[in-house]
This record gives sequence, C-alpha cells and structure tokens, in this order.
Amino acid sequence: MAVTEETGTTSIDGKPQSAWSGLSLGSIPTPYWIVGAVMLLMPALVGPFFLFQVFGWALILGMIALSLMFLGGYGGMVSLVQMSVAACAAYMLAIFGDSAITQISLGWPWWVAIPIALIIATGFGTLTGALAVRTEGIYTIMITLAIASAFFYFTRQNYVLFNGFSGFNGVKPPQLFGVDWRQPIPFYYLTLFWAAVAYLSVLYVSRAPFGLALQGVRDNARRMEALGYNVTAHRIAAYVFASFIAAVAGILLVWLNGQVSPGTAGIGPAIDILIIAVVGGLARPVGPFIGAIIYVLLRTFALDFMVSMGLSGERFQLLVGLVFLVIVFWSPDGILGLWERWRNRMNSTDPLTGEARNKDGGSEA
Amino acid sequence: MNAMANTSSTASRLSATGTANALELRGVSKFFGALAAMQDITLTVKPGERRAVLGSNGAGKTTLFNCITGDFLPTSGVVRMFGEDVTKFPPHDRIRRGLRRTYQISLLFGGLTVIDNVYLACRGVSRNRFSMIRPGRLDALMHSASDLIDAVHLTDVRDTLVSALSYGQQRQLEIALALAGAPRFILFDEPAAGLSPTERRELIDILNNLPGHMGYIIIEHDMDVALRVAESVTMMHNGRIFKEGKPEEIEADPEVQELYLGGGFTHG
Repeated sequence: MAVTEETGTTSIDGKPQSAWSGLSLGSIPTPYWIVGAVMLLMPALVGPFFLFQVFGWALILGMIALSLMFLGGYGGMVSLVQMSVAACAAYMLAIFGDSAITQISLGWPWWVAIPIALIIATGFGTLTGALAVRTEGIYTIMITLAIASAFFYFTRQNYVLFNGFSGFNGVKPPQLFGVDWRQPIPFYYLTLFWAAVAYLSVLYVSRAPFGLALQGVRDNARRMEALGYNVTAHRIAAYVFASFIAAVAGILLVWLNGQVSPGTAGIGPAIDILIIAVVGGLARPVGPFIGAIIYVLLRTFALDFMVSMGLSGERFQLLVGLVFLVIVFWSPDGILGLWERWRNRMNSTDPLTGEARNKDGGSEA
Repeated sequence: MNAMANTSSTASRLSATGTANALELRGVSKFFGALAAMQDITLTVKPGERRAVLGSNGAGKTTLFNCITGDFLPTSGVVRMFGEDVTKFPPHDRIRRGLRRTYQISLLFGGLTVIDNVYLACRGVSRNRFSMIRPGRLDALMHSASDLIDAVHLTDVRDTLVSALSYGQQRQLEIALALAGAPRFILFDEPAAGLSPTERRELIDILNNLPGHMGYIIIEHDMDVALRVAESVTMMHNGRIFKEGKPEEIEADPEVQELYLGGGFTHG
C-alpha cells in the first residue's frame, strides 16, 4: 500500500534491507500494488452483499485482530479484551449518540459522541492493560479473559446504561456530505480507509522507537529495564495504541450491524479474534486481515456448503473448526508462515556459493 | 551521610557530580528465604576506578551486581550511586543515571537486528523513548549506534538478526549495549566467558581503551584477564567480602591462593 513491510533481516537476494527507510513509493513490492488496486476497485468486481457483509465485516474484524497482533506479535502480550474494547466503543456510541432506544441514548451529535466513545473505550483498554502488564504469558490471557467476561455479564445484566439483554439497535452512521454511509459502496470505502490507516500506522510504528522498544520488551523485558526503559509504562502505552485501533473498529462494527448487544462482546467473539489473528499470522500486520477474510468467508458460506454436501446445516461450526485446525496444524505461524516458507523456497540462494538454488532440489534450509 | 540521603534528589544529584564515590554499598545483604546469597557487603568504588570481583561459584558476585542494578532489592543495607541513595530505585532509573551492565548469559533481543539492538540501547538512555516517529538516516542516535557497532567489530553483521550471531559476536554485542549513551559506571559480568584467546585479547583492548572517567567492576574467572583490566581486586567468598587489595597483593596472598587458586595458579 504505501509502506513496505520490513522484516528487519537482510533480504533474501543478498542486498541489505534499508531497515530505516520511511515512506518511499519505489520500494513497495508489486504484490502490494496489486492488492491495493484490487481493494480499491472491489465495488466493480463484486456485488453489494460481498462488499458489505464479507469485506466490510472482514476489514472490521481484521482491525480488531490487528490490535491483538500489535500487542501479541510485537509486545508478546496476548490480550483477549480487544473485542470488548471494540464493543465498549460501540456501546458508548449508542449511549451518547442516537439509537432506537431513545430513553437511554442521549442523542448527542456524532462529532461529540464518536470522540467520547473512542476515549472511553481506549481508557477501558488501557485500564485492562494496566492490570494485565504485570503478568506474563498465560496469566495475561486469564486476566484479560476475566475482564472480557466481566464486561459481557455486566452489559447483559445492566439495564440502566447498557439496556441489558437486548442492547441497542438503530445505530446509524451520520449522513455526512449527503452520502448514506450505510450503503454498501460508501460503507466499504469507509471501512477500507480506516483499515488501511490502522494497518499503515501499525506498520510505521513497528519501526519507530516506540515499536522497536516494544519488540525489545517482548524479547527480553529484563534487559530493556537494564537499558533504561520503564517496561511497565511501555507495555501500558502499547495497550493505549492497540485499544484505540480496536475502538475505531468498534464504531464501524456498530454501524455495520446497526446494533450492539452483549453477544457482540461475548466470550465466543473474543476467542474468534484470537483465532483470526493466529490463523492469519501474528508476525506481521497483514496477517490479521488474511485471517479475518478466511473467517468471514467460512462463517458466511460454511452453512450452504454443508447443506450442499447433504449434511445438516447447523453443523457449520464443525467445518469452520476443521479448517482452522488444518491451517494451524500445517503452519503454526498461520497463513503468513506458509507464504513465507513458500517464498523462501522460491527465492533462496545457496548460503555457501550465493547462487540461486535449483528449484527442484536442495531447497531444504 | 544519612542526612545527605534525606535531602531532595536534586541536591544529592548536584553533589553527585563532585567528589562522591561512583558506588557505595553499606551493609548490603540479600537473603532468598533463609539462604544468605550475600551478607553485609560494604564496598566503595571511586569514580573511574576499575575493579575486579573474584570468587568461586556461589560466592555472591552476580547477586552483588543484581543488587547494584536493582534487579533485586537488597534485604537490608544502602546502595549509593554518585552520592545518591538509589537503594529503592527501579533498574531503569539507575541506568538513566549512568549505570550500565552486561550479563553473564547474553540477554539480547534475538528477534531484532544488531543495529536495532544497539539503537534501542542508545534510545533507552536518551529522550523520546516513546517516539512514534521513525528515525531518519541522519538520526544522531543511529550514528552513535553505528559507531558502537564498529567499536566492537560487528560492522559486517550490522543488519543480521541477533539470533543468527555466533556466541562470540553475541558477547561483543553485550558489551556494545553497555557502552551506549554516556555510561559513567559499568558492571561487566564475566564478559570473557566462552571467548577464544583472540576474542579475549580484543576484549582486553576494548576495556583498556575505555575513556578514563568510565569506571567499572568486572566479574571474571580468568585471572589473566582480570589482572590486566583491573587496578583493584575484591575477593568474595560465601556471600561475604574476603579480601580487598591491589591485584599483586591478592595474587600473592596465601589465603587467596589456598581458597581460590588451589595453589596451582600461574600468571601467564
């Protein structure tokens, strides 16, 4: 799109990669141009259902999974609270802005309601982070899972603010510039724009001092302390950044669905975000989007597929689960890992002679 | 001395630039449960002084380092750096005041390149640690990072992932990380362990070429290295200080020879 993805290693063709280049159009590999062009021209290629329900949804889930990828891939902190942060932003927009539940919704204009929703949701994510960062590994997962389920039950049982079981419906994007942003084509471009902004900012920050230091904390927190970094503060700052991305996605999510309810923030959806990120790959920011598109396609078409195979339609979750099992089994680092291994095999050079390897033989690393 | 510790940190830091000792430990002990890893250590190191700490395994040398850097909080006692009481400070605050250390087992960032590792070290002791702006080609810290890489002879592997480096190269990188910024006092934890004779000579050169105001403490089993890079020696045994003195005195001391060198030591 606009920034190359840098792995920070010497590139395979032997040229040292310019790990410190900022934005330069010339260094973007061709596949990125192609993907970018296809994404931009998508409305000419597919119908409104695909634009709205498949790509719109996938881009939003991709953003939420991206926020998990930022924490998990760069920070080594697996947070299950990202979906709750998105749902929190969705709820806040419904509460401060307009919805069909007029006895609760304050009906403030969008340019007040959206910033408030973003701030509260980011604050919620940051607070969770502040609690979680003092723990490591599985304990981080447990704490964030506990907070995610607490949020779920709270929204389901609180009727004064969150309208309990039914939540809020009738939440619509504003009619800005005379465009109905809930129409498939405008909504697709809206989500594409914010997904691209989120993707590029994660990519950019990953090579900025903040992102580098976060990767340092992931690799070796104790050494980072011994280099003068306040590790705790750095981890919490990562939660601020990731929560903001999830919050933006939450606003788009409530517009996509037109409603938000406790089910949006349930344990199932929270785990789904983790599955999306892991299946796509946690190593690079593009992974969550790949995972999201696979997830959405499966969720959308697994039922039809099962029926056409003469199987019971309700068992579509079985197919979804099987596909994920196969992906994770064959490639523990997700689709990204598969892609990387394939590319290395295609381009690899012999470490001794520097010559391109024969594609038929000797490709073992 | 106690009165000084109670004054505001600004005041004590002002005195730090004067004649205060680089490092001062008073009655520092560290217990792990009932086990005394280090007991009643009182140690003074002057600015620019270069000291070796010797002792067998379990003598408490690395515990001493961990208490100085703040990786462990001592069970009792006071740690002062450049006149300032830092006993309760977290490690990063001590590092920002000019302390550095290397680790006995390399603690590096394996997922990052050599230049990124050193850049992080330079950034850690400067401002804008949270900067969201990528450093440009002319970034001053990038230049200092490159210079450090040259200084420890890692120029060829500048853009290599650290996990792909050889053991010796990782040890050299350890030292580069400790030299980042403007260190005032460095703790080297067995920097020569596992190095080849050539690499050892290079290490001795690097240490001897450090600017005179940079003091250090070096833990070293290799007497040959220790005696070439230190002006004074502290000998530890069972968590206590056993002997202190000039290298020649320690080397000649019959008790030390009995305890540590097993009598069979020859100076090469």
